[in-house]
Amino acid sequence: MSKLLTVDDLRVSFPTRTGQVDAVRGVSFTLGKERLGIVGESGSGKSQTGRAIMGLTPGHAKISAKTLAFDGIDLLSASASQRRALRGKRVAMILQDPKYSLNPVMTIGRQIIETLRTHENVSMKEGRARALAMLEAVQIRDPERVFDLYPHEVSGGMGQRVMIAMMLVCGPELLIADEPTSALDVTVQLEVLAILDKLVSERGMGLIFISHDLRLVSSFCDRVIVMYGGRVVEELPSANLAEAKHPYTQGLLNCLPTIGTHRHPLPVLERKPEWAL
Amino acid sequence: MSASALSVRNMVVAFDDFLALDDVSIDVREGESFGIVGESGSGKSTLLRAIAGLNSFESGSLTVAGTSYRGQTRSKDFYRTVQMVFQDPYGSLHPRQTVDRLLLEPLAIHGFTDVDVRIARALDEVGLGSGFRFRYSHQLSGGQRQRIAIARALILEPKILLLDEPTSALDASIQAEILNLLEQARKDRGLTFVMVSHDLGVISHMCERLTVMRKGKVVETVSVDALENRAFSEDYTRALLVASEGFRRD
Repeated sequence: MSKLLTVDDLRVSFPTRTGQVDAVRGVSFTLGKERLGIVGESGSGKSQTGRAIMGLTPGHAKISAKTLAFDGIDLLSASASQRRALRGKRVAMILQDPKYSLNPVMTIGRQIIETLRTHENVSMKEGRARALAMLEAVQIRDPERVFDLYPHEVSGGMGQRVMIAMMLVCGPELLIADEPTSALDVTVQLEVLAILDKLVSERGMGLIFISHDLRLVSSFCDRVIVMYGGRVVEELPSANLAEAKHPYTQGLLNCLPTIGTHRHPLPVLERKPEWAL
Repeated sequence: MSASALSVRNMVVAFDDFLALDDVSIDVREGESFGIVGESGSGKSTLLRAIAGLNSFESGSLTVAGTSYRGQTRSKDFYRTVQMVFQDPYGSLHPRQTVDRLLLEPLAIHGFTDVDVRIARALDEVGLGSGFRFRYSHQLSGGQRQRIAIARALILEPKILLLDEPTSALDASIQAEILNLLEQARKDRGLTFVMVSHDLGVISHMCERLTVMRKGKVVETVSVDALENRAFSEDYTRALLVASEGFRRD
């Protein structure tokens, strides 16, 4: 089976005043047309892994890998213009908070068309038609009206749908979703996830779903990678989550309060220094 | 049945034409842990802020420990009884004050003299050693900041603690630590909690009764036992319950 994405021994480090901080320390995985979840706490390196694949690592950071290849293209040696051509077209990324990631001074419709016209030679008229179709695909009821709105005029859930629409309009093969629903209300979260799920399966994309919520990720993805301190501590199919061996994974699963179970006090994670070795 | 610690009757809060709270009533008994759930914009935080005197309220009544309050004016005594912990541990601590200074301020306002002992004890109680006393808040992690915020609230030995999403900005494992800390504090001091959260799991873990709010109105008030046994009447409560169980592919 051909692999869409191969990541082998990815390392990302940031030079700081107090020495080098290693955010990602040797992460390896491959991805086909499947849903992969990356789970970890703040500072585990999960977002930096996603950003490195996308090519959004800040310029002063050091990044290295034995292999970092998307569909046979070596991403580390690719030129800036090659990466620009990939980004948005074949690899797309949904960010956490629509409030901060949409352009506040551009209408929603124009932003979607901008993405489209950057990568494809389409007329404004066709662009508009495709943007409207995409807004409809993310279940926005009145696409014509939303097209002319500014991001501050829509709710968080609607903003996140707009972002999904913008990212999928070019038909990417790989979608990286970095905490796509953490900024949304619980009830809206499920709607947005359902839309994302439908589109990903309909269009046969590879998905990397980055989140801190192990339960959510396991219900959404086929396979889960658990990260701690910049490393992968465990990789397992979502269905076998209950059989997780690493104490960190078990700890993450156990520390959530759930309805109907009474555990006082809640079990807390006892972090062992050897996990981060 | 124990005495009422806090009672809100027909409270209305309006921001210009927008009714943030529309005729809301809750009763919290002494020693109880009371939860408020709802989505953004449901008015759950506004209710806490109106109780604490951070918003004024147009009409209705507020009674805390037998004294009634109106508008935005609160006496010093009120703040000896009621303290609040906010959602964002990054925004709720003064960035240019050390932990020592942060904890000193409420003590100074209320004229305590044994400040040294109290600050040391407060830090100890929230699981931070004296090593944290002269740090600035930017030198602390999110969980440590929330512990400081809790210490600041508890240092005046209040009877009622208002908790506005105290763990929603924290990682799951840190959330468990903070929830345990709050439960321990409640047990030790016999506190009354009014806790706001969008996470039904957290509320059902921490509270005995809860109110579901939506669009500035109370949808219903049920006990956590009733919630677990699905013994509630409103569809909206059911929707929240389903949402809290996670994503399901049909």
